[in-house]
Amino acid sequence: MTHPAPHAPDVTPIVSMDMITKTFPGVKALDDVKLDLYPGQVTALVGENGAGKSTTVKILTGIYKTDGGTIRIDGQPVSFAAPNDAAKAGITAIHQETVLFDELSVAENIYIGHAPKTRFGLIDTSEMHRAASALLAEIGAPFNSHTQLRELGIANKHLVAIARALSVDARVVIMDEPTAALSHKEIEELYDLVDTLKSQGKAILFISHKFDEIFRIADRYTVFRDGAFVGDGRIADIAEDDLVTMMVGRSVDQIFPARAHDVGEEVLKVVGYEHPTEFSEINFSLNRGEILGFYGLVGAGRSEFMQALFGITKPSKGVCRINGDITVIRSPADAVSNGIVYVPEDRGKQGAVIGLPIFQNITLPSLGRTSRRGFLQMAEEFKLAREYSQRLDLRAAALDQDVGNLSGGNQQKVVIAKWLATQPQVIILDEPTKGIDIGSKAAVHEFMAELAAQGLSVIMVSSEIPEVIGMSDRVIVMREGRIAAELNGADLSPEILVRHAAGITSSSEGNAA
Amino acid sequence: MMRLVPVRETILAGAILVLLILVASRFPGFVAPSNLANVFNDTAPLIILALGQMVVILTRCIDLSVAANLALTGMAVAMINVAMPGLPIPVIIAIAILLGGALGAINGVLVWKLAIPPIVVTLGTMTIFRGIIFLISDGKWVNSHEMSPAFTGVPRMVLLGLPVLSWAAIVTIFLFAIMMARTQFGRSIFAVGGNPHAAVYTGIDVGKTQFWAFVVSGALAGLTGYLWVSRFAVAYVDIAGGFELEVVAACVIGGISIAGGIGSVGGAVLGALFLGVVKNALPVVNISPFWQLAISGSAILIAVAFNARAGRKKGRIILKEAEGAK
Repeated sequence: MTHPAPHAPDVTPIVSMDMITKTFPGVKALDDVKLDLYPGQVTALVGENGAGKSTTVKILTGIYKTDGGTIRIDGQPVSFAAPNDAAKAGITAIHQETVLFDELSVAENIYIGHAPKTRFGLIDTSEMHRAASALLAEIGAPFNSHTQLRELGIANKHLVAIARALSVDARVVIMDEPTAALSHKEIEELYDLVDTLKSQGKAILFISHKFDEIFRIADRYTVFRDGAFVGDGRIADIAEDDLVTMMVGRSVDQIFPARAHDVGEEVLKVVGYEHPTEFSEINFSLNRGEILGFYGLVGAGRSEFMQALFGITKPSKGVCRINGDITVIRSPADAVSNGIVYVPEDRGKQGAVIGLPIFQNITLPSLGRTSRRGFLQMAEEFKLAREYSQRLDLRAAALDQDVGNLSGGNQQKVVIAKWLATQPQVIILDEPTKGIDIGSKAAVHEFMAELAAQGLSVIMVSSEIPEVIGMSDRVIVMREGRIAAELNGADLSPEILVRHAAGITSSSEGNAA
Repeated sequence: MMRLVPVRETILAGAILVLLILVASRFPGFVAPSNLANVFNDTAPLIILALGQMVVILTRCIDLSVAANLALTGMAVAMINVAMPGLPIPVIIAIAILLGGALGAINGVLVWKLAIPPIVVTLGTMTIFRGIIFLISDGKWVNSHEMSPAFTGVPRMVLLGLPVLSWAAIVTIFLFAIMMARTQFGRSIFAVGGNPHAAVYTGIDVGKTQFWAFVVSGALAGLTGYLWVSRFAVAYVDIAGGFELEVVAACVIGGISIAGGIGSVGGAVLGALFLGVVKNALPVVNISPFWQLAISGSAILIAVAFNARAGRKKGRIILKEAEGAK
């Protein structure tokens, strides 16, 4: 691991974050991080998923308040009470999903909230369109200010967002993965625009997973890992490999449960799954008692594929074999009855039914088994719920308590208990430890190993490299909707995973895809 | 919602009790058992419809077409009775339930397969149903002398001290209590309304559950259509005009969350009874019927404000991001 000495340029930064700490219940999202943004320079913020990049953006734009540390603008300490304060200080962000209004015109989108007014306090439409046209001309936008936003593609919507940033006379522009959904040509145009912004002396914070573009347009880098500052410096002074090492190097030595790694016969085989937009050519097999890791960057199509496998969305092609039999999964009910269950990532939204008591949440997918002649048997329900809540060591006063009154961790146990109660063969865990603290993570890992040891096959979608390497028997890396590599044993190293996921072709390993 | 003491229902029952005591203090005859039985009988159609509406609202939908469905089914069975006076009443009732269910299924299919917002679908079918009544009846009334004595007699027929109309409500309450607590369909309704995303992952088909909720609501509207037309011994285009709002009001007062997922059979019944008591008590104590509207309206607002407060505690944010965003 290399820690290049921060190479301070001569100019003072416009924005300087120092010793910033942000804690969410149970998680320290940022721990004493620092970040400097210089005028006329592009600073790339680099880190894995969960490194604290988004939290940093939200702090800079006033959405979150810091728990500690100082933010200085032009050397003066500031505090943002509301997003508006950050905007007034000249900080503006262009988000991954651009936050704009489809039903309004381009000019209205640019000037919403700060439109020019007439003497009578009404919006001065002609002045607004005149100013908007000037801004659009400046950034070379191929549409006019009267265009309805919904008629524009993503790339052009980004241009509107940038015009909006210019209209408030922003000095700091945050770009959060701006090229994620753009074509090659559109990306080139965006780079030109970034150069324009640089020449106007604006400080740009550029967040990207793509190393080629970081090295193409960034002047400086700052690396975060697990919410902590790792290093910063000038792009010119660092090699790509060193940056990868800084990004993935393990900070905490997590202990993963020892596993026998003896896997049984094939349980599930996925053949030729394709989707018009999200993924293609997905082929793999899964064996009894195996933990198969799915690694990839956000947007690589992992969750989309899992949802298709589970029958929520329909693939355009593809079959799966379960225990050797060709099975078509048309709906989640089909998947559950074929022994496949899915524990989704966003448990708040997709997991527990707040409003139903704990035991009814646990029995929800198993109602057929707790019914007699079409009527639910409460005694059976309690029995099933008690069995699985005990297995998971669920901490609750009573099983007929409302699930909404449980802590996040215990709600998660309810969701997992609900699935185990269906006695599945394959369990898909989507980001099982996202957003939980180290201690709870260890418990989840322990539990996952236990499930595999009992002969359950686990598909673990994870963006956390240590977890992928520490838990998986085999790892499939996805990139842009395809399987980029299938790795096991000796091939499992953080660097190789990142290379395949990010599509760094310069490496000697080569690419499977 | 299974609790030893269902708080909301207890408060609502208390409110009805206070209302009765206030009325009794000026007119003791109101709380005589025979009069209370009359009030219940008068509220029976509202109770039946409120239970159907409850199922729909629990799945995050709304059925504004219930009153129009009632009127159309009522007109249809009245015309059938005129055409075939010999047709036995159980057959008439079965036709009413099936026809009402079929009309509900139209709502359900539009919501399920075409994904049109329920309020728009049922606003549309509400108007269409009323229009169809006009078409099939030519705008004419079916009067009592045209109906067979059996047709008009059944709702008033007294069994074990109560009219059949009251028994219809009691049986519906009983069946719904079992359906909501003891069947997969009932559980699915709560799951779909409480967390549609989770329901999908659990293998519950959200659209299909909503479809069946509309069928249930429609079938009860059909049943009520016969009961209504035979009780008042008249069928015409505008019967039960605007009654759908009273039905929704009963649900809201009864603590059925308009956002879905929260509510109970007891709540819906008590909400309907509250409105029934208000409606019957005000004329007795010489308060202008105009006050009835104001009192119903206030009751709705108080109930919603109360439920919103209770709901805030319920909707606990467990996602760290959202919590941090506060």
